[in-house]
Amino acid sequence: MTPPRRQRRSPAPPPEPPPPAGAEGGRQKNPERLYVVAGADEDGARAAVDLVTLIVAHAEPPPSASPEQAALLRLCSAPLSAAELSAYLSLPFSAITVLITELLAAELVQARAPIVRRAVPDRSLLEAVMHGLQRL
Amino acid sequence: MDFNGSDTLPGPRTEDQLPHTAQAAAKIVIVGGFGVGKTTMVGSVSEIRPLTTEETMTQAGIGIDDNYGSETKTATTVAMDFGRISITEQLVLYLFGTPGQQRFWFLWNGLFEGALGAVVLVDTRRLEVSFDVMGRLEERGVPFVVAVNSFPDAPRYPIAELRQALDLAENIPMVDCDVRRRASSRDVLLTLVRFLHSLALTGSPS
Repeated sequence: MTPPRRQRRSPAPPPEPPPPAGAEGGRQKNPERLYVVAGADEDGARAAVDLVTLIVAHAEPPPSASPEQAALLRLCSAPLSAAELSAYLSLPFSAITVLITELLAAELVQARAPIVRRAVPDRSLLEAVMHGLQRL
Repeated sequence: MDFNGSDTLPGPRTEDQLPHTAQAAAKIVIVGGFGVGKTTMVGSVSEIRPLTTEETMTQAGIGIDDNYGSETKTATTVAMDFGRISITEQLVLYLFGTPGQQRFWFLWNGLFEGALGAVVLVDTRRLEVSFDVMGRLEERGVPFVVAVNSFPDAPRYPIAELRQALDLAENIPMVDCDVRRRASSRDVLLTLVRFLHSLALTGSPS
């Protein structure tokens, strides 16, 4: 019995610049997010929060904190990833990034940047991961 | 959900809290078709009970045109299970099991771009389900290994034949596994990390 066959692909060239707005009569093909960004900074930008950005609370929730902000602050008295915050608070990840952006702006939390893949992998990091996995 | 009831506030059990020394986290993505065992694999090696993060997307209904000319939108919730392994007091590794369909990938910013690498979990009963995923990873330059989850009733192909069917580059490892077993899932991860390490040694970009 012969299994089905696949053909290998090569790395794609850098993506083309997006077409000017309105090129398709303003219709975007990409699905849009259901959750609306609220309370972001004046640029309307969200902090670059990765799934595994570790969030640590600096302070107790101030009286001015929203219930969601207070809940998030209580959760990350010890470091917790943005993904875990999303899971424990039952909020979509995009909503969590908005909350974190607000709390970062208010200096109520600290974000510890994730380790991301580099063009040339970090050998000492990979060795640490290997040793960690071997202990499992 | 009621965020005011602090008595019922969900959160990690005390033993699931990360130490304050945790400085940074990395992620590995486990990708494969529905029912191939992604969540089982995450659960078998994770130090915490697997958790789920969700994202919601809306999509304009396609080919639906009612009398009023309004468009129909459907909201789809896409869930991703994940687990965690503490590597050192400073370093944490997260494992994300993600659906194979590429249209979901953009929902989580940097899911693949930032991942150390990926495990493509394959079921030999539905080998073709993983073809597109592997192609997408190749296009994006995400290094990956292939793990064949051994289902009892799955056809057994010789490794060489499977490699040929998947058109795997010679240097890409392929391993058999039983993701229900912790040691087996761990060995798959070790295969990936060793492969990434070999890429570092040869200095070739992923």
